[in-house]
Amino acid sequence: MKSPIVSDEIDRRGFLKCMAWAGTGVVWTISGGILSSCSLPQAASNDPKTPGDFNFVQVSDSHIGFSNVPNQDVTATFQKAVAKVTSLPNKPAFLLHTGDVSHLSKPDQYDTVNQMLTGAKFDQVFYVPGEHDTFVDNGSAFLQRFGNGSVGNGWRSFDYKGVHFVGLVNVWNLKAGGFGVLGDDQLAWLKQDLDPLSASTPVVVYAHVPLWAVYPSWGWGTTDAEEALTLLRRFGSVTVLNGHIHQVLQKVEGNVTFHTAASTAFPQPAPGAGPAPGPLRVVPEQLLSSLGVRQVNYVAKAGAPVVVDAQLT
Amino acid sequence: MALKHRHARWIPIAIGVLSAAFVAACSSPAAANVATAVLPTPVPPAALATLAPPKPAPAAADGPNVAIENFNYVAADLTVKAGTTVVWTNHDDVEHTVTASDNSFSSQSIPTDGQYSYTFNTPGTYSYFCAIHPFMTAKVIVQ
Repeated sequence: MKSPIVSDEIDRRGFLKCMAWAGTGVVWTISGGILSSCSLPQAASNDPKTPGDFNFVQVSDSHIGFSNVPNQDVTATFQKAVAKVTSLPNKPAFLLHTGDVSHLSKPDQYDTVNQMLTGAKFDQVFYVPGEHDTFVDNGSAFLQRFGNGSVGNGWRSFDYKGVHFVGLVNVWNLKAGGFGVLGDDQLAWLKQDLDPLSASTPVVVYAHVPLWAVYPSWGWGTTDAEEALTLLRRFGSVTVLNGHIHQVLQKVEGNVTFHTAASTAFPQPAPGAGPAPGPLRVVPEQLLSSLGVRQVNYVAKAGAPVVVDAQLT
Repeated sequence: MALKHRHARWIPIAIGVLSAAFVAACSSPAAANVATAVLPTPVPPAALATLAPPKPAPAAADGPNVAIENFNYVAADLTVKAGTTVVWTNHDDVEHTVTASDNSFSSQSIPTDGQYSYTFNTPGTYSYFCAIHPFMTAKVIVQ
C-alpha cells in the first residue's frame, strides 16, 4: 500500500480555487470552502509538457434536440456558450464536454455540436457521454463520433502541463432503480492509470453524473463512486467536474472538490425542490442567466485548479 | 451571496447578478466565512422565476392505461389479464421510455403527449423502468 505523501506545494486544507472569469476582472479564491480574492494568474509557456499555468473550459448538457419549455432553441444557446468561450482573451488549452451532448442520441445532434466546436477552432475537445447519449444504442453512435483515443466504453486519461486528467463514463448499462455506475472494468483501469502517479500530481476527473450522492431519489449520484474516490484520496489535489444536474454546486471533501456545472440548454430544480427533476420552467427573460459555461485556470504555484462559472448573458 | 451549510458541506455558488468588478490582492483564506459574489455566475434554480406548470393531464380513458407524470408511472403497479394491451401516455415535458428490466421489450423515447403500447400475452410479473431516468420503476402483473 502506498503511503499518503502529499507535496508541500499543495494546499492540504482544502483545495484551493481561484476563480477568474476573464472580462470581469474578478478573481476569487476558495480555500476550505471560504471565498477570498487574489491576483490574476500569469500565462506561461505553451508547451503541454512543461509545467505551468493554463486554462481549459467545461461545457455540459447541451441537449441538442430538446425543444420545449423553457428553451425552444438549445442550438442557439449552445452557440452563445461557444461564443462566450471564444471571446476569452486567454485561449483555453482544450474543452471538456461532460455529456448529454445530444437529447436523443441522434447522429445529427452529435453533428451539430461537433460542427460548432470544430468551427470555433478549439485545439482539442474531449467528450464523455451522458445518459441521453447512451440510452438508445448503448452509446455506439456517440463513441463512433467522439470516442477516438478513448479506451473501454469511452474513458480516457491524459496529461497536460503536469496535471493528470481522467475522463470517466458512468452512464453505461444503467439498471432499473439505479444511478450512474462506473463498473468493475473501468475501476480496474482507473487503478492502473493512477498507480504510477505521485501523490503530488494534481488530478482533474470529469464525468457526467456527479460522483457524490447529490440527491439519490432523483438518480443524482454514482453507485460505485466511492471505489473511485478511494483511489483518488491519496492525491493532494483532486478536482471532480460533473454535469447532469444542470446547476452549479460544490462540495469539499478533504482534498477532493466536486463541482457540478450549469447546462447550456435548461436549468433543473435544486435537489429535491419540486416533484421531479424535469426542466425548470424558468421565465424567458431569465433563461440565459440560468445557463452557463465554466473556465478552469490552473496556476502551477498554487498547485490546484481555479474554477469559475459564468452565465450566458 | 454565497451560503455555506456546514452540516451538509454544500457550497452553492453565488447568485452573481451584480456587475461590479474588482481585482484585489490575495487576502487570508480565513478572513471571511461568507463572501459577497460579484461574478455573473449562473443563477441557482431556487432564485429563478418560473412559469405556471402545464395543464393537468386529461383523465385516463377506459382501459389499462399508465400515465407518466412528474417522472412517475401511475399506477406503478398495474394488474391485467393475459392478452391485454397496456397503453402508456407521457405527460411530462421530457421524453421517457418504458423498458423491461430484463430488456425483453422497450419503447423508443416517448415524447410529450406521446404513447406507447405493449400487449402482455403470458402471465407473470413484468418490471420496467425508464432507460433515461432509471430511478423511475414500475411493474405490470399479468394474470
